[in-house]
Amino acid sequence: MTDPQRRIRVLVAKPGLDGHDRGAKVIASSFRDAGFEVIYTGLHQTPEMIVSAAVQEDVDVVAMSVLSGAHMTLFPRVRVLLDEAGADHVLVTGGGIIPESDMEALEALGIGRLFGPGTRTTDAIAYVKDWIAHQRTQ
Amino acid sequence: MSTLERDVLSRSELDALVREREAELAELKAQLNEWIEAYDATPKRDASFTTISGRELKPLYTALDRADADDTEAVGLPGFYPFTRGPYATMYRTRLWTMRQFAGFATAEETNERYKYLLDQGQTGLSVAFDFPTLMGYDSDHPRSLGEVGVCGVAISSLADMERLFEGIPLDQVSVSMTINGPAIILFCFYVAAAEKQGVSPEVLRGTVQNDILKEYQAQHAWVFPPEPALRCIVDMLEWCSTHAPKYNPISISGYHIREAGATAAQELAFTLRNGFEYVERAIARGLDVDDFAPRLSFFFDVHSDFFEEIAKLRAARRIWARAMRDTYGAKDPESWRLRTHAQTAGVSLTAQQAENNIVRVAYQAMAAALGGAQSLHTNSMDETLALPTEKSVRIALRTQQILAFESGVTNTIDPLAGSYFLESLTDALEQDAQAIFEEVDALGGVVPGIHQGWFQQQIAGSAMQQQRDIESGRRVVVGVNDFTDGSGDIQIDTLKIDPAVERRQVDAMARMRASRDNQVVTRTLSDLTTACRTDENIVPRILDCARAYCTLYEIRHAMEDVFGAYKEPISF
Amino acid sequence: MSTDLPTRFRDGKVPALARAISITEDQRDGFEELLHELLRAGPQAKRVGLTGPPGAGKSSLLALVANAYRALDERVGIVAVDPTSPYSGGALLGDRIRMNDLATDPGIFIRSMASRGSLGGLATTTKEVLDVMDAFGFERILVETVGVGQTELEITAAADTVVVVLVPESGDAVQAMKAGLMEIADIFVVNKADRPGAGRLAKEIRQALHLRAGEALHDVPAHHGVDLQNVPLELRPESSGDSERWEIPVLETNALDGAGIPDLVAAIGDHRAWLEGSGELAARRRHRTRGRVQDVVQREMRRVAWASDEVRRSLDEGVRGIERGEGTPYSVARDLLALLLR
Repeated sequence: MTDPQRRIRVLVAKPGLDGHDRGAKVIASSFRDAGFEVIYTGLHQTPEMIVSAAVQEDVDVVAMSVLSGAHMTLFPRVRVLLDEAGADHVLVTGGGIIPESDMEALEALGIGRLFGPGTRTTDAIAYVKDWIAHQRTQ
Repeated sequence: MSTLERDVLSRSELDALVREREAELAELKAQLNEWIEAYDATPKRDASFTTISGRELKPLYTALDRADADDTEAVGLPGFYPFTRGPYATMYRTRLWTMRQFAGFATAEETNERYKYLLDQGQTGLSVAFDFPTLMGYDSDHPRSLGEVGVCGVAISSLADMERLFEGIPLDQVSVSMTINGPAIILFCFYVAAAEKQGVSPEVLRGTVQNDILKEYQAQHAWVFPPEPALRCIVDMLEWCSTHAPKYNPISISGYHIREAGATAAQELAFTLRNGFEYVERAIARGLDVDDFAPRLSFFFDVHSDFFEEIAKLRAARRIWARAMRDTYGAKDPESWRLRTHAQTAGVSLTAQQAENNIVRVAYQAMAAALGGAQSLHTNSMDETLALPTEKSVRIALRTQQILAFESGVTNTIDPLAGSYFLESLTDALEQDAQAIFEEVDALGGVVPGIHQGWFQQQIAGSAMQQQRDIESGRRVVVGVNDFTDGSGDIQIDTLKIDPAVERRQVDAMARMRASRDNQVVTRTLSDLTTACRTDENIVPRILDCARAYCTLYEIRHAMEDVFGAYKEPISF
Repeated sequence: MSTDLPTRFRDGKVPALARAISITEDQRDGFEELLHELLRAGPQAKRVGLTGPPGAGKSSLLALVANAYRALDERVGIVAVDPTSPYSGGALLGDRIRMNDLATDPGIFIRSMASRGSLGGLATTTKEVLDVMDAFGFERILVETVGVGQTELEITAAADTVVVVLVPESGDAVQAMKAGLMEIADIFVVNKADRPGAGRLAKEIRQALHLRAGEALHDVPAHHGVDLQNVPLELRPESSGDSERWEIPVLETNALDGAGIPDLVAAIGDHRAWLEGSGELAARRRHRTRGRVQDVVQREMRRVAWASDEVRRSLDEGVRGIERGEGTPYSVARDLLALLLR
C-alpha cells in the first residue's frame, strides 16, 4: 500500500575523516528537489553516529559518500550496526571511488547499489524511488 | 599616452590626436556593424557560449571593448607593478616553473624511500601529502583513525615520524612543501625540530606549509580549531618565521580546494584573495610590518579546463593583489606586491570514463598555467579519479609538463597573449567580479562572520549544483560522460588496497615511542602550552618544546583545544 | 510488526519511538488509535520551545542547552523543524549538523521534521509528535521552529516555556514588537552577544517589555497623551499581586563559546517554577488539551466532509449550477452542509 502522505526519508552522510563533501551536498540537494526529505548529518561521521541518526529519524535509506578508499570498512560497518539496531529494513547505498569488484563484494554483504564518478543524480533518484516503491507494495 | 607626451603636446596637437582616434573608432564601429549583420544573418550551433563558470561570452572582441582601458597602468610590463603580465621581468627565460609533484603514502619509512628516489632523479623539492588522520590532528593510534592510517598520504604523529620521513635527506638542501592546515602549526614544529636534530637551523630552512585555514572552513573541511584561535596560530607563525625562519613560506593561500569544491573561477579568485587580505590584516593588527611578512606569502590556484578564463584569472589575481598590497595595506617593498603562485590542474575535471582522455585535459590546463605565468605546477595523473596513480601515469603527467616547457614554444615569449582584446577584457571582467564579491563579503562583516553564517559554503555548493545541472541537462558537454560515450562503459577503478600492516606497524611504533620518552617532560611541556594559549604570547616556541619532548600530534592538539575549543561545522544549505 | 508497537514503545525501544513518530507525522492509517493508546499517562515532560529569525543560532543554542540538561542527567528529546520546499515537496533537514556532539548519547533523541506546508513555524503534526515523545518518558523536550522569518505563533501552543532568540542583525526591538514576539516570549535571548549592537538590542527589549508591562506608564506625565483608558485591557498594569506576574528576562548568550548558557538554563528553571507555582502550567496544559481536541475534530471533519462520493458529486453539480447562474458559492455550501449534517 502506498500512502501519499508518506514521504521518502533519506539520511545523507559523509563518514570518515575525508572532508570532500561536494558530491554529498549535490546528491542531498538533488534528493530534496526530487521530493525526498533529506536529513544531512554533516562531515566526519562515525558509523555509530550515522546509525544512531538513521534509527532516530526512521529513514528509509542511508546514502553515504566515501572518497577516501575506506569504503570496505565503512559500508559494512554501517550495515551491521543498522541490523543490530533492528533497522534491517533500511537501504544502505552511496557513491564514491569504488572498484566494480568491491561493489560486488559489498552487495554480497547487503549493501545496495553504489554509484561511481560521473553518475547522473537522476539515476540515483530513480534507483531510490524504485526501491521504495518495491518495498512499500510488498 | 604618457604624462610626458601630454606635457609637451600643444592643445591643438592634442585635439588633432583625439579627432584621429575618434575617427578610427567610428570606422571600426562601421566595420563592426557590417560584421554584426553578417553574424546575425548566419545560423549558430545549438550550444551554450559561456565559460564553464557560466560567464556569457561575446562572439567577438575588438578594440572597441578596450577603448576606455588604460593598458599602460592596468597591464604594464612583467616584473613591474601591477604585475598583470607576470611576477618576474624575465619569467621562463630565466627559470622554468618548478615541476613539483605531490607524494606521500603509508609510513614515514616508505615515503622516505620514495623521496630519496625522487631526489636521485634530480628533483630538488619535496611535497608531503599527509593521511586524513594527520590532516585532522589525530594520532595513528586514535580510534577515529581506524582504517585511514597511511591511506591517502603519510601518517605523521610525532617528531619521531618526522625524523624518519627525512632520514638521510639534508633539510638545509631541499625545499619541502607540506600540505597541512588545521594542525599546521604542530607539523611545522615537528619539521623544525627534525631539522634541529640534523643540526640544521631554522634560518636556512626553505619550503612552504599550506597553513591556509580559512579555505578549510569554506571548502576543504580539514579543520581543528575555530577561526579566531586558528588565525592567531597563523599570525604566530608569520611572526616567528619573520625573525627565525626568514626563507620559509609560512602560508600558501589556496584557491585550489575552493574551486574543486565547486566554486566558479571568479569565486575562486575572490575568496582566495579576500582570505589573503584577512591574513594580512590580522598580521598588521598584531603589529607586524607588512613588508616583513608579505614577501613570504605565496598562493596556490587551480587551473581548470576553460583555457582563457584560467589565464585571465591568474593575471587578474596578480593585479588585484599588487594594487591592494600597495594602496590598501601600504606595503612599500615591491616584493610585497608580487603574487607568486603554484598551480595544479583540476582534479574535478578528470573523468572516470575513458580515463586516457584526461591526459589531453591535463595538457591544455597545464598550458593555461604556463600562459598564465605560474611559478610551479603539479599536473594530475590521468587515473587519479580512479586510484592512487600508477608510476606510468605519474610519468606521463610529468612528461606533459616537459613537452610543454621544451617543445611547445610557449616559454619563449613572456605573457604572449597580452593585448588580446578578448583576454584583456576577460581579465578586467574577472577583476570586476572579484571586487563585487569583496563587497559582498564586507557586507557580511568579513570573512569569519561569512564562515560562521555558512555563506561561502552556500555559494560554493550552489555553484557545484549549477554545474551538475549543466552537465545533466547537456548544456555543458563532458566528453565521455554525457556525450561521445562510446567506450565509456568499462570503467577500471583500482583503489589502493590498504595493507593493514601499515596501520599496525604505525600503532606499534607509537607504543614504543610513548614508552621510551620522558613522560614527565611531556606533561610539563603540554601544560606550559595550555597556559601559553591562554595568554597572548607566541606559542610557536611552546609547541617546539612539546615536539622536542616527543609529545604526539593529538596530545598537542588536545592541549590547545582545552583553551581554543573545537570547530563545529555551520549548517550551510 | 506494528501490532506490538505500543508494547515495544512502552519498553523504551528507540526504534519503536521513531516509528510511532513517523506514523504520526505521516498521519498514516490508524495513527489516532495509536496516539490514544500511547498518550494515556498525560503530559509529564518539561517542554521548551526555541523560536526566532533565520541565522539566530537556534540550533547551536539548542545543542548547548541539551548538553546542560544531560549534565543534570535529564533525558532529552529534541524536535527541529525545517521548511519543506514548496516546489518539490522535499526538504533538506540540516539541524543535526549542529548537534553532532549529541549524536551517540543514548540519553538524547533528535528528530528532524519538515514543515510540509504548514506556515506557523511547526509542522502540522509537531504538537502530536511532542506528545509521543512526552509519552516515551523524556524529562525534557526541546523544540525548535522553522525560523524562516514570520512570527511562529504555534510554538506557544506546543511548549510550556517559549524562548525567543534574536541576534543584533535581526533588527531592533521595535521590529520585534511589531512581529508580535513580545506576546509569545517567556524568555528573550540575544545571541551572538559579542557582535556590535547586542547590548543595545537587549536594552531596547527590556525597555519595550517594561513599557508593555505598564511600569513605564506610571512615570509618564499625562500631557504626553498616554491615557490608560486607551491601552488594551491585557496590556494594562496589573493592580493585583505583582509576585504572580512573570518578569520576562532578557539574556545574552554566545553559542560559539557557550557564554550565558547557565543563565538561560536557570531562567528556564525559574519559569518552570513560576508556571507550577502560579497555576499557569495547568492552565496552559488545559488550553493545549482543548486545542488538541479541537484539532482532531476539525481534521476529522475536513476528512469526512470530502470523503463521500455523494458530497463530491453534489459539489461538482453545484459548481456547474453556479456557472449556469443558478445559485452562488454560499447557496451551494449551505446545501452541502445540509447534506453532511443529515
